[in-house]
Amino acid sequence: MGKKKVILAGAAMVVSAGVLLAAVQRLLQPKYMTDVVEGNLIADYYNTGMDHDVLFIGDCECYENFSPVELWEKYGISSTIRGSAQQLIWQSYYLLEDTLRYEKPDVVVFNVLSMKYGEPQSEAYNRMSIEGMRWSKSKVDCIKASMTEEESFLSYVFPILRYHSRWSEINSDDFKYFFGAEPNFFSGYYLRADAKPAENVPTGTPLTDYSFSDTCWNYLDKMMSLCAKNDIQLVLIKAPSLYPYWYDEWDRQIRDYAEKYHLPYINFLDEDIQAQIGIDYNTDTYDAGLHLNVYGAEKLSDWFGEYLVDRYGLADRSGEKKLAEEWAGIKERYDAEIRRQLENLEKYGNVKGEAQ
Amino acid sequence: MSETLSTIIEILQDLHEDVDFESEDKLIDKKILDSFDIVTLISELSNEFDITIPADKIIPDNFNSAQALAKMVEELEDE
Amino acid sequence: MLFTDSIFIIGLIALFIVYFSVPKRVRWMLLLIGSIGFYAYSGPWNLIYMFVTALSTFLITNRISSMTRKAKDEVSAHKSEWSRDEKKAFKEKAKKKRFRWLVLCLLLNFGMLAVIKYGAFTMHNVNTVIGWFGGSQKLPVHRFLLPMGMSFYLFQTMGYAIDVYREKYEAEKNFAKLSLFVSFFPQLIQGPISRYDDLSKGLYAGNGFDAKRVMLGIQRILWGYFKKVALADRVMPAVTALISNTDEHQGMYVLLGILYYSLRIYADFTGGIDITIGIGQVLGIPIAENFQRPFFSKNITEYWRRWHITLGTWFKDYLFYPVSVCQPMLKLSKWSRDKLGKSVGKYLPVYISTIAVWFVTGLWHGAAWNFIVWGLMNAVVILISERLTPLYTKFHKKHAWSNTRAYDGFMALRTTFLMGLLRMFDCYLDVPLTFKMFGTMFYKWNPQVLWNGSLMKLGLGKPDYIVLGAGVLLLFIASLLGRRGSVRERLYDKSKFLSCCLTVALLLIVVVFGAYGIGYDSSQFIYNQF
Repeated sequence: MGKKKVILAGAAMVVSAGVLLAAVQRLLQPKYMTDVVEGNLIADYYNTGMDHDVLFIGDCECYENFSPVELWEKYGISSTIRGSAQQLIWQSYYLLEDTLRYEKPDVVVFNVLSMKYGEPQSEAYNRMSIEGMRWSKSKVDCIKASMTEEESFLSYVFPILRYHSRWSEINSDDFKYFFGAEPNFFSGYYLRADAKPAENVPTGTPLTDYSFSDTCWNYLDKMMSLCAKNDIQLVLIKAPSLYPYWYDEWDRQIRDYAEKYHLPYINFLDEDIQAQIGIDYNTDTYDAGLHLNVYGAEKLSDWFGEYLVDRYGLADRSGEKKLAEEWAGIKERYDAEIRRQLENLEKYGNVKGEAQ
Repeated sequence: MSETLSTIIEILQDLHEDVDFESEDKLIDKKILDSFDIVTLISELSNEFDITIPADKIIPDNFNSAQALAKMVEELEDE
Repeated sequence: MLFTDSIFIIGLIALFIVYFSVPKRVRWMLLLIGSIGFYAYSGPWNLIYMFVTALSTFLITNRISSMTRKAKDEVSAHKSEWSRDEKKAFKEKAKKKRFRWLVLCLLLNFGMLAVIKYGAFTMHNVNTVIGWFGGSQKLPVHRFLLPMGMSFYLFQTMGYAIDVYREKYEAEKNFAKLSLFVSFFPQLIQGPISRYDDLSKGLYAGNGFDAKRVMLGIQRILWGYFKKVALADRVMPAVTALISNTDEHQGMYVLLGILYYSLRIYADFTGGIDITIGIGQVLGIPIAENFQRPFFSKNITEYWRRWHITLGTWFKDYLFYPVSVCQPMLKLSKWSRDKLGKSVGKYLPVYISTIAVWFVTGLWHGAAWNFIVWGLMNAVVILISERLTPLYTKFHKKHAWSNTRAYDGFMALRTTFLMGLLRMFDCYLDVPLTFKMFGTMFYKWNPQVLWNGSLMKLGLGKPDYIVLGAGVLLLFIASLLGRRGSVRERLYDKSKFLSCCLTVALLLIVVVFGAYGIGYDSSQFIYNQF
């Protein structure tokens, strides 16, 4: 064999090995379509029109409590949520960086619950928060900041190193959604139409130390200056989830911070605000006060939309044709999903539609 | 056949009676002699010919055949 | 560093690429730099020990070589003047001088190993003895961290020094080259213990790129990884479970432990050697084989000729023979011949050196009594089977059925099982516990654990058993095919395309079926409180 031929054959082998590995990797990656659908939240953003006035970042208290569809329908505000399960503050920060690569919203809303975590927490949640991101320096930084001790950077670059042992769990979803997931969310909103009243919500046990870690403050600073640099209004909120417990000592620290830097901070656990919103924890939560269902989320969005319009003069964009078309599509899916869940509730007693 | 050679074959025959030591020239390569045999052999040879066989002489070339062994023994006797 | 660390794999690929892109005459230097970098990664201080070994060996072997040369010159200069006896006396005197240098080299280096690896163990035992005699004054016990691969590179280097003394070859005159021989990185993790004359040529030559060799080398590396990550690491949780909870895991579990541990150690060790030899093959450096289908051995002696071959031959050449044929031993043999009878005198040296060698082999494996007992048990089995050889020969002559393939298979199984039994010392790491657990196999009758689901509670699930079962079958078939020469080579010669396919398939199998990383556990993903 000539030298050229050897090189050619070698290259062909390397390429075909690469393609094969990539295909196997795609097959083995979790599809997050039937179970743990939250795994698809972050990637879902790139399917949107990327033209938003308001960006929500934060954990499940964001993506289960605000309904962008309601904000659009009622106020003509185009918004999206880049939320993920147990999103840590640095992940929120890097998701903000990532989003700014595509668009520049007027308002960024950050839910402050994640201030309580100063360290990487769980590998599984890291995966769901990070893997959906497109590659950029922000993603690299995000991975480096998030990795738990047992994780390796390489396994984010080549997820097959992480998911290879799923070969024994492959199911029809893995083939069905091989080329991509179907949209499950409504501009980042995870919709639930069932209700479970909040009863006996436990109060927080006293902690030895209530101060947030330096890491968290650092990222909050970074978030603030990034917004300032891009002429974006940062709004800090604490969503009206009753649990995990939000300590007064924590609240005070955020309040002081907001005051110091002239940032708005809304604590939706505040009884006056709750009265204005009209949340009823018997009907408006689907899991006993942890997260709101669609009815609660719509109430909260109604109040918040008005706040945004009043405070920051967000314009009603419902007249913009292209945007209106996109939102009409989302609204259609949104209504269909509510109908589907209600039907399932009636038939099976649960929203998933699983026989019990 | 030299006297040395016939003595050596006698000793070898004592170790393995069913091997034709007169013609076999791959005693080590074919693993006919194992390390036990070799040590026993050396102790017998030292006793018989009043020589010392140092460990560095224990290489396949010297032990592969009765003839090679005889050659080694004669050389050591000469020294 | 382990073979399975991602940094090792990335570094290895980088080394391959750079090796073939730099000029041939500097390729060995690249290997030296790579080896030093690799070793420094395991702990920069470890380099000091290695440097001491390399430098002392370099200086002393060169000294010995030049003394040899001078002595020869002297002899030929006085060829006509000296009588035979004078020559002999001169030679012997010169050799004695050289021997002193060799002893210095061995004392220095093995002394270093003794202090680092065996210091704490020795002190501990001395303290125990002091305790027996009622002493309360205890010696201080200081534990050193054993530098990675020290037992391997030190033995290899000392073998080289002894060979130079024995005039097998001249000492290497280039310190950097000798350092590469001492530090060659693929051998530092699991051996083998190479010989200078085998390894050096390939090491310094600066070998060209050969497509076939590289392909076969890569396949061998991947095969090694398959054994290591898909089998050895996969079965490990069960081994750990079986040996850590000894109150529960008795009887049939002990048998299972022997089985799992045999698989673990075989796959881990031979896999590591496959990776090492494969790396050498890609680089064009032939490295000695360390295994030859050991589980196909018909008896223990044969097994030890096929398992960890380079250690066995090292002990044979540098310890067993020298001890067996040394003057005191021959005198002892002569004495016992006269006093105790011919056959005793004949076998005494062999028996004494066998026991000595196995004592040291046990110590080599680790500074603990369980390894020593393990070594001595091996010696006992070997000596017993040696004594019984005439009986076996008679038996095989009498019964034709004992010469069939099936009976060979039975003997291989018997040997493998016996070696597995002995390995229990290595597995439980505690001599009394090993005997106790061995005993439970006889009085604890619990075969039901094989089918009542207990097997699933050892940290292995159904998918693990599928991979392990298929893997063992694959190893067995590969071993059978390998008896007629290299499978990879035959495939390559037959069809280069199929050979490429094999490489890709092996890669895929290792990546998918390897037990590495954080196991995907869907229960971790259950969305509970957030």
